[in-house]
This record gives sequence, C-alpha cells and structure tokens, in this order.
Amino acid sequence: MLLREVEYAKPASVAEALTLLAADDGARALAGGQTLINVMKARAASPDALVDLNGLEELKGIELGADGTLSIGPMTTYAELIASAEARARPILGEVCATIADVQVRNRGTIGGNLCSNDPTNHLPPLMSAIGAQMTITGAGGTRTVPASDFFLGVYMTAVGPGELLTRIHVPAGRHDGFAAVTLGVDGTCIVNAAATWDGKLRIALGCVDAVPVLVEADSVDDVRAAVRGARLDPPSDVHASSEYRAHLAGVLAERAARQAAG
Amino acid sequence: MDVAVSVNGTVYERDVEPRKLLIHFLRDDLDLTGSHIGCDTGNCGACSVIFDGKLVKSCMLLAVQANGAQIETVEGLSEGDELNALQRAFREHHALQCGYCTPGMLMSATALLRDNPSPSDDEIKTALQGNICRCTGYWNIFEAVKAAAR
Ligand SMILES: Cc1cc2nc3c(=O)[nH]c(=O)nc-3n(C[C@H](O)[C@H](O)[C@H](O)COP(=O)(O)OP(=O)(O)OC[C@H]3O[C@@H](n4cnc5c(N)ncnc54)[C@H](O)[C@@H]3O)c2cc1C
Ligand code: FES
Ligand code: FES
Repeated sequence: MLLREVEYAKPASVAEALTLLAADDGARALAGGQTLINVMKARAASPDALVDLNGLEELKGIELGADGTLSIGPMTTYAELIASAEARARPILGEVCATIADVQVRNRGTIGGNLCSNDPTNHLPPLMSAIGAQMTITGAGGTRTVPASDFFLGVYMTAVGPGELLTRIHVPAGRHDGFAAVTLGVDGTCIVNAAATWDGKLRIALGCVDAVPVLVEADSVDDVRAAVRGARLDPPSDVHASSEYRAHLAGVLAERAARQAAG
Repeated sequence: MDVAVSVNGTVYERDVEPRKLLIHFLRDDLDLTGSHIGCDTGNCGACSVIFDGKLVKSCMLLAVQANGAQIETVEGLSEGDELNALQRAFREHHALQCGYCTPGMLMSATALLRDNPSPSDDEIKTALQGNICRCTGYWNIFEAVKAAAR
C-alpha cells in the first residue's frame, strides 16, 4: 500500500523529538510502527510528519531499583523485555509480552507504543492497570507522572497530549500476578482479557469490555465473579463475540487471572 | 531522502520517499522480488526479512528506517548457485506447494536457527507463528526446519 505523503525525521535526542512534535500539529511519534503503519495504510490517520523514536537510547532500557521497582523505557521492545534479566523481578511482564502476536511483531513493537495506542484489545493496558504502573509524560510544559487510571482515557486516547511523549513506565515491586485471555487463535488478538494482582486483596483489570481497562477489586478469589457482576459491564458486540458472551468471559477470565495471582 | 542500505552485503544508495514501505523498496527499487507481499497488514509474514539481525515484517517498516541498516533477504541464503542446508531441507521435505510463503518461512527459520541451532519442536512452532501458509503445508515446513536443525 502506498501511504499518503509524509515527512520523516529521526531526532538524536528526546529534546529534539519534543521540539519536532511541538512544531507541527500533524506530527506523530513513530515507535515500533506495528500499529501506526497499518493505521496509515488504512488512512485511519494520516500524519503530516513522523518523528522516529528508534535509536533514542534515553527511551530504552530497564532498570531494577534496590526496592524491586522497575523503570522501563517506552522504546523497549517486547523481545527486549522478554530477554531482560531485570524485568524478571516482575515475571508477569515477560510472560504476557511473550504471548503478543509473533516473533516479528515482538521484535519491533514497543511497551510504550502498546500503551500509547490504547487499543482496547491490547494486552498491556489492563496489565499495567492491574499492577499499578505509573507513566511519566514529558512535553514543553515539563514532566508529570500519572497512574494508569489517569493515563488511559478512551479508545486510542491517553493522557499523552499533542507535542508530548511517554518517556518512562514505572512498575512497583510484586510477584503475585496473573493474566488470562481468550484469543483469536494461539497468541492472537484478545476477545477478552484480564490481569490480576494480589497484595492482601485482589485488583483485577478487564480488557476489551470498555474503552479503557475496567478495574475491579475483591477480597478473595471466591468473590471475584460477584465483583465483576457488580461492575455492570456493557461490552461491545462484534463478529467474534456478543456483548453477553464478552461479559460472561470477563467473569471467567477475571477468576482465572485472580487464581494465578493469589496462588 | 537519501538512504544507504546494505542488502545481503551489497550497499545500495538511493533517494526514497519517506512514505515508501521497506518491502516496496526491496521489490520495486532494488528489484529483489524474493520477498513477497501477502497481506500488507503485518499478519502473513510473506515479507519477512532480517533487519540488523532481527526478524521483521518489511511491510511494517518504512524504507527510510533502513538507512544504515543491514538487511538479509531470501536472495542472500544460497551459497553461490547451491541451495543452503535449510533450502535443501525445504526441497527434500516438500515444504512448499505454491511457494508464496516460502521466502518468509525461510527467513523466519534462518533467524531461529541462528539464535538457537537445536530448537525444540515447540520452539520451531513458535518461531513460525508469524508466517501463514495459505496452502496450509505447515507440517512439512516444520519437518524441514527440524531436519535442518540437526
Ligand atoms: C499482526 C499483528 C498482531 C498484533 N496483535 C497484538 C495483540 O494481540 N496484542 C497487542 O497488545 N498488540 C498487538 N499488536 C499491536 C502491537 O503490539 C503494536 O506493537 C503496539 O500496539 C504498538 O506499539 P508500537 O511500538 O508498534 O507503536 P507504533 O505503532 O509506532 O505507535 C502506536 C501509537 O502510539 C504512539 N506512540 C508510540 N510511542 C509513543 C511514545 N513514547 N510517546 C507518545 N506516543 C507514542 C504513536 O504516535 C502511535 O499513535 C499486533 C500488531 C500486529 C501487526
Ligand atoms: S505482507 Fe507483510 S506481513 Fe503480510
Ligand atoms: S506453499 Fe503456498 S502459501 Fe505456503
């Protein structure tokens, strides 16, 4: 497919990338391109300019703090995260990334791109919501760090404003996590997914059932189904699943993820 | 934009439009038509190439992103006029029917065997997950990769 005409720049620093993005309303950041290039082919978006974040070392790398927290650069690919010794401090991260699509997508697709695209069927928005990740956003106005609940705003919409970049992802310490999904084929697109974490109580984030991950809390695995019913989900229907079936799956998968987290 | 891209060891210097996908650059500008376009949506893997040592789908990258990169395509696999061991294994195991998916399958298998010369059955299947064979000859492809791995 021939894309619409577009300008291309490959900045050498985050500061330069921010300047380029701020200078042009029609400029978009290009991370792994595993969503954006398809979006451009479909003309669902036609940016005037692409600011390629590949090669910006400042946006790469995973650091493990003495307290067990992780600081993840948004340009870390799934494959890099899976291979990272540091990321094993929170094993669910690598486990989930290993089930995203295929080798080629995992070699290019980035953690930051997954969060910033905020496709309701993506794996990482519910996961980061459940484990209590915080996102650092940088722009001309400075830097702010927001929890997942303030980051995911709507379908394909996040707190990253025009001229801004997601510059860091902070993951608290913890090991008691779970993830469950029903997908279109092995490692395919999620029909419904659920991520859970246990820290004395269960926090579960449900994906594919609303514009943003839906958070549910429960005291024990036995309470999870009732908690999901209490959320009064009204998921979309499509060719893969009716609204009722998605709501049913949400309960089943929440319980599976919770059992893994608490187990 | 001026780019210099190494493909199978030869450096090509060209002026490309930023909107050109890497697969079109390889096929149309460099006349390297071994890599195929199946879906143009990142789903089928027919366009798979090795980009700076990593397997990627070349319909999901811009040609300008390959500036300074080392690309390997199916054209680089044979040793002179001789098929390499993996290609011979594909022939011996009837691992192609129409052959459309074969260049991508070969590149995925090449990337696998380079990192992991003795993969398990599951590792072979995982490595080929991003490649669709519309003739559905998956079993023979799997057997060929397994034979080449020994
Ligand atoms: C065949 C196929 C199957 C897939 N299946 C799945 C799946 O099952 N589950 C899943 O979760 N994903 C899936 N994906 C999507 C894939 O994971 C993408 O990699 C991901 O959604 C986007 O990441 P990216 O790095 O490619 O971002 P890009 O496509 O480059 O960017 C996506 C968006 O985020 C913005 N952006 C990226 N980084 C930043 C940043 N640091 N700051 C500000 N804005 C930024 C871009 O401007 C763009 O709007 C699939 C993709 C393909 C091609
Ligand atoms: S043509 Fe690139 S993945 Fe199908
Ligand atoms: S041999 Fe025909 S598509 Fe695979």
